Amino acid sequence: MFYREAGQFKVSYAADQAVFPIAQDRIAMLALLLIAFLVVPFVASEYVYRAVLIPVVILSLAAIGLNVLMGYCGQVSLGSGAFMAVGAYAAYNFAIRLPFLNPFVCILLGGFVAAGVGIAFGVPSLRIKGFYLACATLAAQFFADWAFLRIKWFTNYTPSGSINAPPLEILGVDLSSPTANYIVCLVFTVVLAIATKNIVRGHIGRQWMAIRDMDIAAEIIGVQPMYAKLTAFAVSSFLIGVAGGLWAFVYLGSWEPAAFSIDRSFQLMFMIIIGGLGSILGSVLGAAFIVLLPIFLNQALPPFGALFGWRISTATVSHFEAMIFGALIIFFLIVEPHGLARLWSVAKEKLRLWPFPH
Amino acid sequence: MGFFLEVLIGGLLAGVLYSLVALGFVLIFKASGVFNFAQGAMVLTAALALVRTLDIAQKEWHWPFWLALVAGFLFAAFVMAIIAWASERLVLRKLVNQEGIILFMATIGMTFFIEGLAQTVFGADVYPLNIGLPKEPIFILESVFDGGILVNELDIWAAVIAGLLVAGLALFFQRTRIGRALRAVADDHAAAQSVGIPLNQIWFIVWLVAGLVALAAGAVWGSKLGVQFSLTLLALKALPVLILGGFTSVPGAIIGGLIIGAGEKLAEVFLGPMMGGGIEIWFAYVLALLFLLVRPQGLFGERIIERV
Repeated sequence: MFYREAGQFKVSYAADQAVFPIAQDRIAMLALLLIAFLVVPFVASEYVYRAVLIPVVILSLAAIGLNVLMGYCGQVSLGSGAFMAVGAYAAYNFAIRLPFLNPFVCILLGGFVAAGVGIAFGVPSLRIKGFYLACATLAAQFFADWAFLRIKWFTNYTPSGSINAPPLEILGVDLSSPTANYIVCLVFTVVLAIATKNIVRGHIGRQWMAIRDMDIAAEIIGVQPMYAKLTAFAVSSFLIGVAGGLWAFVYLGSWEPAAFSIDRSFQLMFMIIIGGLGSILGSVLGAAFIVLLPIFLNQALPPFGALFGWRISTATVSHFEAMIFGALIIFFLIVEPHGLARLWSVAKEKLRLWPFPH
Repeated sequence: MGFFLEVLIGGLLAGVLYSLVALGFVLIFKASGVFNFAQGAMVLTAALALVRTLDIAQKEWHWPFWLALVAGFLFAAFVMAIIAWASERLVLRKLVNQEGIILFMATIGMTFFIEGLAQTVFGADVYPLNIGLPKEPIFILESVFDGGILVNELDIWAAVIAGLLVAGLALFFQRTRIGRALRAVADDHAAAQSVGIPLNQIWFIVWLVAGLVALAAGAVWGSKLGVQFSLTLLALKALPVLILGGFTSVPGAIIGGLIIGAGEKLAEVFLGPMMGGGIEIWFAYVLALLFLLVRPQGLFGERIIERV
């Protein structure tokens, strides 16, 4: 009833190409951002920040990065954890070797290093595809696991292999409170998400999608596979690398290589499958879903078991979690291969016609 | 020289064990075009079912060892049959005509589900598995080299089992009615269906055979390392083997396994100290990756022909 486009005429090319052509979408998005920036900091508790908000915001960014590669360019990657690790360790090394740099500049630089590494591990994609490529990206994952564990230079020769992030501040303002952490991550994610949204709408994004849909056909109509695939790897790794830097510096504070293991890669992949391949909004929804599900299960399963007189231990909860994850993945692939983002757009279509569908 | 040979033989024997896992992947990929990531989880489940039945039958019901062993294998095979049935019926059948990558992700989902279920039902501890295979290290070729070459008897048994399995599978594929049907399905789904081969049944059989191969792999690996969650990581170890050997070739899986096993151990022993050790975890992948750049379809894979 309220979701109508009647009367909204597009009178210029700019209006026609807007990210949100419908006024209600613009208002809703703006409202959402205002709530995220202005209302949430006044109502969220420290637990909510640490357990929900900050992980969701950072992992959304990483999921957007992976979605660029997998959802838009069609190159399967199981090595996203490795690129997060590269971003985190590169940022750390910039911070300790060039101490005059602001930590956030280091995080961005770490993103560029991750982009370089991403290009290097993307080169095989020019020759191999599909499952073979998925296996090849696992090489990146295992190599990174090993390199950050064994090559002591990366961890600045700390004996335990665990390293600490520098204190977070900008121009002398201390940013170590959970609220400040959250705002910082949110700024990074929102800015980069808007940038990515525009990249995937532009000519590079269209090339990626052409390669995804059929690479040979794309090549015949003049898309250079090398340029398209390597830019996808670079952009994707940059975003994932920045997310890795934020994860390490802002969320973890001190970390070791296990923080970026292959489980992280799978987690990110699940986010974009459940959220929706080839959708920015889907990445965010998927990240929120995957972060919230274990919290929900942890809270809900023991009382649920008590109803039937079972005592459910934490180990069992984690097994149930794995089972539910697995079942959900299969469910989504069967029922809605386009994920939560597709459900949302179906809902929008329905809203447009409500309450008089034809 | 003796030391080099010792490392080489140890690597080759470990490679045979990788081949055992890779074999399951190849079977399913050949027949249904599904890259079954859940093979590692199936190995774990089979081994868990086997070891738990053995334990319970021996300790609580006081059955003799051989009877418990038979019961264990039968029960594990039964569990594998259930998994084969469920994956065909509940997952693959719903995803017909989807792209390969969607099916691959579905098998990742199955991996999580099977792992969670297996550990909920059978427990998540480390269980030592004894199926009567000898475990003593022995020395061979003592007359040729000073001190001989140390090999683990269990590894030799594993090699024998792998050899028997491959021979059996080859016979099954070449000589039986079902084997011929399997090869026909692998060749062309639609054509096979049009001459009256029941696709669903064939897929169930092929998943069952892969499950039995997983049982063999689980029994051997379980006696070597103990039955534990890390068995699922074998799936990740088997991937470079597959890349090297080609996804569709049974001999490729064996030879790829041997190359990876030997290369990994040799690299670890001779290159490792120069690079800080532990290079075993990625060496196989980088080897396979470099290999792919030269020959994208693997050693024995079918040539990739692309059409628009």
